[in-house]
Amino acid sequence: MSAAGSKNNTRKRLALGIICAVVFFFPIYWLAAISVKTPDEIFAYPPVWLPKSIDLNNYYVLFRDGDVWTVFNSLVTAGISTVIAMVLGTFAAYSIARYKTGGPNFSMWIISQRMVPTICIAFPVFLLFVSLKLVDTYIGLILLYTAFNLPYVIWMMRGYIQDVPIELEQSAYIDGLGRFQVILKVVFPMVRAGLFATAVFTFIFAWNDFLFALILTRSDVTTYPVQVTGYFGSQSTFWGKIGAMSMLGMLPMFFVVATMQKYIVRGMSMGAVKG
Amino acid sequence: MSDLVLSKVNKHYGDFHAVKNINLTIESGGFTVLVGPSGCGKSTLLRSIAGLEQITDGDVSMGEASIKDLAPRDRNLAMVFQSYALYPFLSVYENIAFGLRARKVPAAEIATKVEEAGELLGLTDYFERKPRELSGGQRQRVAIGRAIVRDAELFLFDEPLSNLDAKLRDEMREELKKLHQRLGKTFVYVTHDQIEAMTLADQIVLLRDGEIVQNGPPMELFNQPKNLFVASFLGSPSMNLIEVSVPNDKNEMVLPDGQVLEIDQSRHDKLSKNGGKIIWGIRPEHFEISGEQQGTLSCEIDVFQPTGSQMLVSFRLKDTHVLAELPTHSVDNSQTKMRLVPDMSRTHFFSADTGDRID
Repeated sequence: MSAAGSKNNTRKRLALGIICAVVFFFPIYWLAAISVKTPDEIFAYPPVWLPKSIDLNNYYVLFRDGDVWTVFNSLVTAGISTVIAMVLGTFAAYSIARYKTGGPNFSMWIISQRMVPTICIAFPVFLLFVSLKLVDTYIGLILLYTAFNLPYVIWMMRGYIQDVPIELEQSAYIDGLGRFQVILKVVFPMVRAGLFATAVFTFIFAWNDFLFALILTRSDVTTYPVQVTGYFGSQSTFWGKIGAMSMLGMLPMFFVVATMQKYIVRGMSMGAVKG
Repeated sequence: MSDLVLSKVNKHYGDFHAVKNINLTIESGGFTVLVGPSGCGKSTLLRSIAGLEQITDGDVSMGEASIKDLAPRDRNLAMVFQSYALYPFLSVYENIAFGLRARKVPAAEIATKVEEAGELLGLTDYFERKPRELSGGQRQRVAIGRAIVRDAELFLFDEPLSNLDAKLRDEMREELKKLHQRLGKTFVYVTHDQIEAMTLADQIVLLRDGEIVQNGPPMELFNQPKNLFVASFLGSPSMNLIEVSVPNDKNEMVLPDGQVLEIDQSRHDKLSKNGGKIIWGIRPEHFEISGEQQGTLSCEIDVFQPTGSQMLVSFRLKDTHVLAELPTHSVDNSQTKMRLVPDMSRTHFFSADTGDRID
């Protein structure tokens, strides 16, 4: 290919890259812009593409009224349920992968539990939680998210653990480690990328849950997705608060994904090649 | 140090009987090689010794004490795996030190032992590297290093050289033999490669279908194979096995193409007593070129294969393919015919029915 052709090609790619970036980043930019616009700017027509000044009043209101606690509630429920699901699920996955616990189709049965449309079990779950007095409690949501995420964690971790050569574990047994130590010192380091990737996705599932959070919370442990919907009123919609709350809700995920990107990519590719 | 004794060891996987009633004494300080074709149960037997497989019945004991119910870590052994089993997330140094750390050996002692092993195996320059940054031979050395720092009584090797290329395999074989002499510990080594078995072992245990076929010093198996399987398994190129008939009334044997070779009276008596067909076994290196007519075989050459100092000469006795290994300088490879004399003092006879040796 000639030098001119190559240059032309590079330009086309650059243009395509810019278009993609705009398409994907514009909604996020627009959300961020709304969160710092004044009410006049939000409703202005033609739209104000670039806010004239940064107005943090929407954020101030969220902190002043305590709405921001809903982000904390989300962090607590998603974070703790992720930790519990990862610990239980990984050990369960180890047992299934190495000791064929439950027979050859057990893991398939477990993952099939995730295939039930959640709305189908929403009502029974609500009744159960009412009778157990778990509605509007951290424990209730944490239990529910853990139960929902366990099948996914078991399924994913089982695949990663099966990819660890059994000789590594056997060698460690001979070297002098016990079963639990082998899991901690050999298996976990071997599946570290898979662990992080699975944990991130587990966290995202819990973080983004809306249906159960809506049904099972009232005021004490309302999570941030439920809170955001509260700003859509029949008389008016608080776009500024929606923008600000959405930005606050996005921040934890942004940090999680940004700091763990390396592991997420490696973990996903580990899964991709395991066949 | 004490002998390792296997008594009536059996291992079943469901209906499959992988190891059948093995009785074997592995002498302390010796180099025992378990050899046999794929699926003969040699690795299962090794793993049973290690405690990685639970034997179905029988006993494994070290000296007087039974070790069959002990966990692998309590059997005072070290093992080198075919895949090396190095921890990819640890450096070479940490891989070698792993077993010592697991046993809570003091840090100063760990440092000394790892340094010593590194010196011995030429690994000190690679201590900081990760296994993926090493060649196959270096990885194998790390795996051996990890085993030798442990000061175990028994060292187990599961086909440790099979992932290496031919040249490196030869080098590592020599190093392993030196290492055994230096450490003076009991080595049990599994391979399917008969050359490895012959070159390394003090004692070869040849297995087939989960059973010991023959067991003894390498040259005993080589010179006195108990049956056709042992005869054909050991030796490279392998022994020629030719079906012959022995008439009752003459001290001779008749080859497939009708040629006749004389045999002595006592041998004739034993062979004719056996009746029926006999398999004559002769190794390729036990032929010589001869100018004589008497006592020689007339051979029409199929092909010459020079290997350097030796020449492999293929010919047929009717439908039976025969190979002779001769010094290259003695062979004129433009010939189409040749007379060869077999060294009858080094031939073997087997029953065609049972495959057992006839002495």
